[in-house]
Amino acid sequence: MTDQAIPRLDPTRGAAARPRLSAWREPSILPGFGLSLGVTLAYLGVIVVLPLTALAIRPWELGLAGVWHALIDPRVAAALKLSFGLSALAALLSAPLGLLIAWTLTRYAFPGRRILDALVDLPFALPTAVAGIALTAIYAPNGPLGAIAAKFGIKTAYSPLGIFIALVFIGLPFVVRSLQPVLQDLDNEVEEAAQTLGATAIQRAVFVILPGLLPALISGVSLAFARAVGEYGSVVFIAGNLPMKTEIAPLLIVIKLEQYDYAGAAAVGLAMVAISFGVLVVINAAQTWLAKRGRA
Amino acid sequence: MTAVTPAAPISRIRLPGIAPLLVLASVAVMGGLVILPLITVFQSAFAKGLSTYLAALKDPDAQAAIRLTLIVAAIAVPLNAAFGIAAAWCVAKFEFRGKSALITLIDLPFSFSPVVSGLVWVLLFGAQGWFGDYLVEHDIKIIFALPGLVLATILVTLPFVARELIPLMQGQGSDEEAAALTLGASGFTTFWKITLPNIRWALLYGVLLCNARAMGEFGAVSVVSGHIRGQTTTLPLHVEVLYNDYDFVGAFAAASLLASLGLVTLLLKTALEWRHAGDLSAGRKR
Repeated sequence: MTDQAIPRLDPTRGAAARPRLSAWREPSILPGFGLSLGVTLAYLGVIVVLPLTALAIRPWELGLAGVWHALIDPRVAAALKLSFGLSALAALLSAPLGLLIAWTLTRYAFPGRRILDALVDLPFALPTAVAGIALTAIYAPNGPLGAIAAKFGIKTAYSPLGIFIALVFIGLPFVVRSLQPVLQDLDNEVEEAAQTLGATAIQRAVFVILPGLLPALISGVSLAFARAVGEYGSVVFIAGNLPMKTEIAPLLIVIKLEQYDYAGAAAVGLAMVAISFGVLVVINAAQTWLAKRGRA
Repeated sequence: MTAVTPAAPISRIRLPGIAPLLVLASVAVMGGLVILPLITVFQSAFAKGLSTYLAALKDPDAQAAIRLTLIVAAIAVPLNAAFGIAAAWCVAKFEFRGKSALITLIDLPFSFSPVVSGLVWVLLFGAQGWFGDYLVEHDIKIIFALPGLVLATILVTLPFVARELIPLMQGQGSDEEAAALTLGASGFTTFWKITLPNIRWALLYGVLLCNARAMGEFGAVSVVSGHIRGQTTTLPLHVEVLYNDYDFVGAFAAASLLASLGLVTLLLKTALEWRHAGDLSAGRKR
């Protein structure tokens, strides 16, 4: 910025001239760019960037070897494995269930359809702690569904199965809401063409409709997965929280903080963010590949 | 995430005999997984009668929790609404380099675990946080106090309003604002008389979702709260404290308030989607 003090002879200067703008933004007659961008950046800086910096830096107080040891600690490794494994399973089960619900809601007229449609968002709207204690009450050995499962010798609440149920609950709306608009807009003519060519209903569903839904299905499933990995409130009550068995990764962060092990907590937090990010990159790549293949 | 409400659902593929089965299966899945928990909340809250229910809500700790929840939301929601408007204005009305990075940054808090959204504040302001010593010296309390609860809530709910406004305002363009400015309106008048009326329903939609999450947030506030009864327990934390004390009626009574908040939010949100679909962002249009 050395040339700032030197008065420049600018031929475009003056009231009638177009305002000179820096190269990084296009001219606009609307006011308030500086103010709104300034407010946005300042707010994001304090609320998002500064805290994230702390998360990114603090684990390394332990040193590289220390972070590694913190993560391969059997209890931490077990929690990470449980969280990511169960989240993946829950997201995978959300796919057929979500497909079923999205299909019925868009394809069939039946009494109560709009109410059912609105209720799909209930897991979003219900505070997680509320969902957590309610699911626990239902699936506890003395709860209505837990008792039935107990008769068959299946333990639901306070077991990985309980965590799995809570994660399906929290992930299902993502799949349904990703699929619905696509199912709605699906090209009628392709289906009709398939029908004229003699495809049966099931053939049309599997070979004509499903491929068109695949990108939306993948995006819904990955959203469900991402949400499930970090989920705390609806899981922590039903989990039972036995070390090595039903302890989820977010809970381990809480426990480490209670022991004032800030760097250890940050290491687990950073690992969760990093693994989730990696998984989402892979899923995005898969989706791009599918979309390209679909066009070709 | 929005309810899809087609004017007339069409059954293009006819699977005779299978359709009722599929509908039944959907209702069963939704019933067992989603609707049953809701019923359970109210059933358990009133398990020992209305008077026990009311007594649980009149308890001083419960009252303090309700008050604290309202205070936190009253600070966090307007701040995030103001931020959302500012962010949407600069992202939707101007073209500049680095815009997509900025949008990613705005969406980022949605991808954090709630626990991480609480953890980061402890890393900064906790006893062994970066600013821990300074805060102790000057006797400022952030963690285990109201400021920490507010910060954690703000971080978790930051994207809600911006996310509703950005796509809507991008779709609307800035022709109307440009016209007003050319006719001599001031920047503020243009915003007040042109932009705000154009975005009011989407703004309300975003504030609604932001508020529901702010009042119902559990994981993030749980990390920074310290669970001091009657002082730093918001309503969702109050539910946890009572539940862990085996006071199930009390826990579900407090939970019933939160469930009602969720239901009212759902109702208003659905009403907005049906009545004002045209004034919401493209993803909400039906």
